[in-house]
Amino acid sequence: MIRVENLVKQFGAKRAVNGVSFSVERGEVLGLLGPNGAGKSTTMRIITGFYPATSGRVTVGGHDVALDPIRTKALIGYLPESAPSYGDMTVHGFLSFIADLRGLSGSAKKAAVHGAVETCLLDSVLYQPIDTLSKGYRHRTCLAQAILHDPDVLILDEPTDGLDPNQKHAARELIRRMGETKAIVFSTHILEEVEAACTRAVIIDRGSVVANGTPAELKARSVTAGCVRVTLAGTAPEAAVAQFGQLPGAARAELLPSDNGTQGRVTVRVYPQRDEAGAIGAAGAALTVAVAQAAQAGGWQVQALSTEEGRLEDVFRSITLPDTVAR
Amino acid sequence: MKKHGSAFTNISGIVRRELSGYFGSPVAYVFLVIFLLMAGFLTFTVGRFFERAEASLVSFFTWHPWMYLFLVPAVGMRLWSEERRLGTLELLLTLPVTLPQVIIGKFLASWIFLAIALALTCPVWLTVNVLGSPDNGAILTAYLGSLLLAGSFLAITSMTSAMTRNQAVSFILSVMICLLLVIAGYSPVTDLLTRWTSPAVVSAVASFSVMTHFDALQRGVIDLRDVGFFLSVIGFALFGNAVIVRGLRAG
Ligand SMILES: Nc1ncnc2c1ncn2[C@@H]1O[C@H](COP(=O)(O)OP(=O)(O)OP(=O)(O)O)[C@@H](O)[C@H]1O
Ligand SMILES: [Mg+2]
Repeated sequence: MIRVENLVKQFGAKRAVNGVSFSVERGEVLGLLGPNGAGKSTTMRIITGFYPATSGRVTVGGHDVALDPIRTKALIGYLPESAPSYGDMTVHGFLSFIADLRGLSGSAKKAAVHGAVETCLLDSVLYQPIDTLSKGYRHRTCLAQAILHDPDVLILDEPTDGLDPNQKHAARELIRRMGETKAIVFSTHILEEVEAACTRAVIIDRGSVVANGTPAELKARSVTAGCVRVTLAGTAPEAAVAQFGQLPGAARAELLPSDNGTQGRVTVRVYPQRDEAGAIGAAGAALTVAVAQAAQAGGWQVQALSTEEGRLEDVFRSITLPDTVAR
Repeated sequence: MKKHGSAFTNISGIVRRELSGYFGSPVAYVFLVIFLLMAGFLTFTVGRFFERAEASLVSFFTWHPWMYLFLVPAVGMRLWSEERRLGTLELLLTLPVTLPQVIIGKFLASWIFLAIALALTCPVWLTVNVLGSPDNGAILTAYLGSLLLAGSFLAITSMTSAMTRNQAVSFILSVMICLLLVIAGYSPVTDLLTRWTSPAVVSAVASFSVMTHFDALQRGVIDLRDVGFFLSVIGFALFGNAVIVRGLRAG
């Protein structure tokens, strides 16, 4: 549905987007991650036809944005970063205006506006001037504008920014649900959102794609992925760390700061051995069992035992942090 | 295939939004009152309408270039600068409408607003008809000239308002450009110029002035060259407007 090929955007001396490529099919929700200033918004503005690309190509539903902007824009619903709207209009007036420009009229227009109002829970403020709305409601009004015409493609720049926790949750659910039948790209700084709503995530740093995969694949790149986390009672911390660190398949073990020593409880993280490529071997994969057996042999009481999936935050930081510091 | 509107529905959608924007705010009514008061003051007091004892509206139309010099930029200054400031430009230009449609829609809406203001001066016209028997064809021509003059200033204002996020800056820029177009053919200035340069140069400069072309229409003479002049100023300025908005996005 969306194809981005070698996108470059130059602002004077500044290269905001530097050879970004990805594609999104119908049924996919792509999360766009990256530090501030990475080029997420710029990429989205090029896809939606607001900025022309310096070089590279964007096609949406087979139409080239640069060559056939009107047809492309008709396929897209776009929520810009600042969620702009006309403050002097009422919510209803604003959505009607957008529907007019989307070529909707009569009963189709009525149904479209009604549907968007219902989805974004705007009933209670329908005839209020947008200027007088709270930030979250203004944001939802602009979101309603984006989904009004039931587009095949949604480009949402930080769609949950400024929403309360309930609304954040609702927005994620909405994105996930709509993603079943549409192609969606959304950017966010909230990593849980990626796991909650995305089928795939792309991390952009300084204008380039530095990671592209499913949330699970990305998490597996975290240093803590595949680690065994065990909480014990009835042991000295040092003894447990030493014992687990020597297990076959274990690289090392460390004491976690959570309630160490209190009521004699100890939490230890055991890292599996990895080869050069970072893959975990057979012994590492069986580490959980080995840890459980070692605890039993030592006569320690196991209160909790789990294998860690890794955390997106760690991956995000390890990929993008060195660059941020260097800047 | 997803639908998108025709050029006509797109332009009319934009015109309706802009007009409801004007009439939804008290500023519009304040503007209309100021416009009418100013027109009345200049016509009856400064222009000495009654003392002239003529059945014509010369003392009314003669002031229009000066009146429009400030009032038209006041009407048009927010056209694009406000969209830029609020970020709604991004919304507008990612909808399935073309830039010329947006530019024309915005321009037409403001022009209609100015036309309404102008139409509200009809009591002046009724007055001369009660007092005497003026040449109503000439008056209609003068009204047409006035409307074209307002349109020219408006197109220039539309262009300057695309240059900045700041309404005040856009106002000052357009007043300056419009002032140039007025004084290039304002006789006290042209008389002064003839002292330094050849009359040929002066009349060449004056041919670019709105005064030269408005004078004829104001006297009731329809010359296609005068009408064409105003239409080309409008076309030129709106084209410049498009170039500027495109440039904003090119980065
Ligand atoms: N119109 C512009 N003119 C000049 N530079 C720009 C323009 N728009 C963006 N940039 C620059 O391009 C870079 C990328 O900006 P962009 O807004 O795409 O970042 P982002 O990934 O969306 O960041 P954030 O997470 O803060 O929203 C930034 O360095 C920014 O300063
Ligand atoms: Mg951004």
